[in-house]
Amino acid sequence: MQEAFYGLADEVLAGTRGEEVLLLSFSGEESDFVRFNRSRIRQAGSVCQRELAMELILGRRHVRSVCTLSGDAGIDGRRCQAVLGELRERLPHVPEDPHLLYATEPRSGQTLGTDRLPDAADAVDAALAAGEGRDLVGLLARGGVFAGFANSLGQRNWFSSYPFNLGWSFYHAADKAVKTAYAGFEWSDEQFARKVDAAAEQLEVLSRPARTIEPGEYRVYLAPDALREVMDILSWGGFGLKAHRTKSTSLLKMIEQGATLAPAVTVSENTAEGMSANFTAAGFLKPDRVMLIDAGRLTGCLVSPRSAKEYGVECNAEAEHPVSLDIAAGDLATGDVLGKLDTGVYVNQLWYLNYSDVPACRITGMTRFATFWVEGGRIAAPLNVMRFDETVYRALGEHLLHLTAERDFIPADETYGGRSTRSARLPGALIDRFRFTL
Amino acid sequence: MLDKLEADFRQAAPRDAFCSLRFVDERHEMLRVRMDVPEPATAWRDVGAMVTVLRGGGMGYAATSDLTPAGLRKAVERAGQWASIAAGRSVVDLERVVWPSPVDEYEGPQGTPWESLPLEGKFDLLRAECARLKTDGRIVDWSAVLWRTSTETLYLTTEGARVRQRFCYLVPHLAATANEGGDTQTRSFGGHGYCRQGGLELLDELGFRQAAPRIAEEALELLAAPNCPGGKMDVLLAPDQMVLQVHESIGHPLELDRILGDERNYAGTSFVTLDMLGTYRYGSELLNITYDPTRPGEFATFAYDDDGLKAEKAYIIRGGILQRALGGLLSQGRTGLPGVANSRACSWNRPPIDRMANLNLEVGDRSLDGMIAGIEHGIYMKTNCSWSIDDSRNKFQFGCEWARLIEDGELKGVVKKPNYRGISATFWRSLKDVGGPETVELLGTPNCGKGEPNQGVRVGHACPACVFADVDVFGGE
Repeated sequence: MQEAFYGLADEVLAGTRGEEVLLLSFSGEESDFVRFNRSRIRQAGSVCQRELAMELILGRRHVRSVCTLSGDAGIDGRRCQAVLGELRERLPHVPEDPHLLYATEPRSGQTLGTDRLPDAADAVDAALAAGEGRDLVGLLARGGVFAGFANSLGQRNWFSSYPFNLGWSFYHAADKAVKTAYAGFEWSDEQFARKVDAAAEQLEVLSRPARTIEPGEYRVYLAPDALREVMDILSWGGFGLKAHRTKSTSLLKMIEQGATLAPAVTVSENTAEGMSANFTAAGFLKPDRVMLIDAGRLTGCLVSPRSAKEYGVECNAEAEHPVSLDIAAGDLATGDVLGKLDTGVYVNQLWYLNYSDVPACRITGMTRFATFWVEGGRIAAPLNVMRFDETVYRALGEHLLHLTAERDFIPADETYGGRSTRSARLPGALIDRFRFTL
Repeated sequence: MLDKLEADFRQAAPRDAFCSLRFVDERHEMLRVRMDVPEPATAWRDVGAMVTVLRGGGMGYAATSDLTPAGLRKAVERAGQWASIAAGRSVVDLERVVWPSPVDEYEGPQGTPWESLPLEGKFDLLRAECARLKTDGRIVDWSAVLWRTSTETLYLTTEGARVRQRFCYLVPHLAATANEGGDTQTRSFGGHGYCRQGGLELLDELGFRQAAPRIAEEALELLAAPNCPGGKMDVLLAPDQMVLQVHESIGHPLELDRILGDERNYAGTSFVTLDMLGTYRYGSELLNITYDPTRPGEFATFAYDDDGLKAEKAYIIRGGILQRALGGLLSQGRTGLPGVANSRACSWNRPPIDRMANLNLEVGDRSLDGMIAGIEHGIYMKTNCSWSIDDSRNKFQFGCEWARLIEDGELKGVVKKPNYRGISATFWRSLKDVGGPETVELLGTPNCGKGEPNQGVRVGHACPACVFADVDVFGGE
């Protein structure tokens, strides 16, 4: 795909006229998706998609169009020329944009992944074997993911990656299940077997009679995947400069009142250790790391090119939400979590979070999958689902006891429109009082 | 182009297996003015096709943006390979599925063409409406958006199906955010609920050009308003909150593939089981829910679903009793139960699954004033801004942008941060009043998410205002 993109880019960019600037952003994937239910195949298929965003700039006017590419050089060349013609027709009819910003200093580069993916049929066989005698539901996604940038100023960037992600649940009955995932770049039967065994162990616990607790405040451990859900909703408007300046951020109290989280909480956008491309559709390169919260204090935010121009600051992001989130490790060994939890709720995953009070950063959501009632440091029973409604200032602030020393690297499994290259590296969080409401 | 595509498909299709092709050509244009600054005009065109092959009891698909003859042949081959891999290991007994072969064409309402207003005119309109939102220094963010989509689809099978459909959609939006100190409140044009099929005439039908002053005024009103009080009370929900209530706690739990367990690793399961169909009391006798993908102008109206089933209106809940689930061709084959034409995919690059389309709450006969007059202690909530529900679609919590208290049958003061929570299985039985036709709004959402791999589809919900008794209401911090 790289060769095809660069060839197309050279052809299209050669057609720019006079003072025109043309930016090209490519995204593509060649993916296999196999969906499982009841340890059998529900749907199986492949998706090959390529699209090109073209942005034509003249002075302070710019227009943008995205088109699908076929992969055939002749067809795509003609298609892009037609789009360029349409952009030229539209350009004089749009207003000038005072917030237009794009990279003018070429900074080319590439990140090339290596295809060490498991054979699709073999991975399917492994998943079905793991589901033998069990109720396995899930999705195998595998294949190449590609991104590229080129502009008429001579910049060229390329990113390729070949990940797989097998996310699945073992169901006991009704809503009682263990959810886990095996994701990476090179399949290991041993690693996969360990994941399966660990899930099977938790599945055994789910077969015990379930407990229901009354609404109230409880000591809680949020495993890394549960904490990820909290950070995902926080990322929705929390860390962007535009949201900060328009007072719509859920972290408004940190700006207006100097509110802080616990000193143990340090959050950054860690592009260097993430899974996504480091270049943006405007041609900027993202810094390796952007500190967002340092020892509990708000220290930075993500700044898109548009916001950078509007507010006169440096651009450090594409969109203003994290794609490579990182929370620094804490001091609690994972092996000590149950002992420190003593009596309370062990939450593996959360579900369907949303804000119930944005300025107060109060979030509601549900427990889901393997959530356990713990007594005296031992898992006692599975817990029936509970709704929580709690502020981040309490959960990761005054009531935070510890973050774990070990962290999980969690590749995103979202596939809306295309396979996400987002990721999060997170500890677990032990919280003293966490409010369940229903 | 479609004739050539059809000819190439017929050439590439296998002779020894059922094969379908589903072509989608979708064009979008989004124009936005934010804080009086026009953002770059963005257009996008997404074209591709999905080939599906059934062979030996297995089914496989291959979606491609390469619509050359070679590209289609490659997709057919790949889909066939997946069918072979799935053969003997499928959770669906494909022998029980009878694939229809409709031959038809359908065009949804086009209305006043999008192209009839030049680009400058559209930006002038948006700039004018955007400027009308900035009525006060405390309005810190304000925006006006028009999002227009036109879609053409072609469905072909080796058994002779040929269905061509065309649609136009419009989603207008306005929002104003007001801030004072540590409080920020947003008021919008129906959330993102004003979604319809049609053209620019919808702007007048929806009152787009009249809405800005009210939106700005209400955002400021919310800043000064007290926090919503807590307690059990009657709740009158406007249509732009009823949308989410119907969507989350009726639509999703009744999707048959969820009931069959397909979504348990992602979107979840359902508290509904197959043995409830026909007998379960889902809600009070006032609750009548129809699945109606034939309603003109509603957001998810079509003539045929993505497996070639003809769209028809059907009662899902009648007089409070659950009648049928929302299951398309494959789910009907898997269960032997009747369903609806709701096998839908978001685009060419995802396979169809059971999706609600237009799911409507049938009207009652009460006026809005009459419903208010009937509430001794309650609250009137408008415009959803937060939604959350458990994976069995039971324990939910919703938040709205704006509310007014009701005491002794009269509207009282505005309150902010109104939220309520409940359990689906009991909530709908507390439905005590359903508004008449004058309270109905034709709404929807452009992004209902589900499926693995994930996909977001358009859905429509026509709902009147409704009253529910003894609901757990609460405010913010």
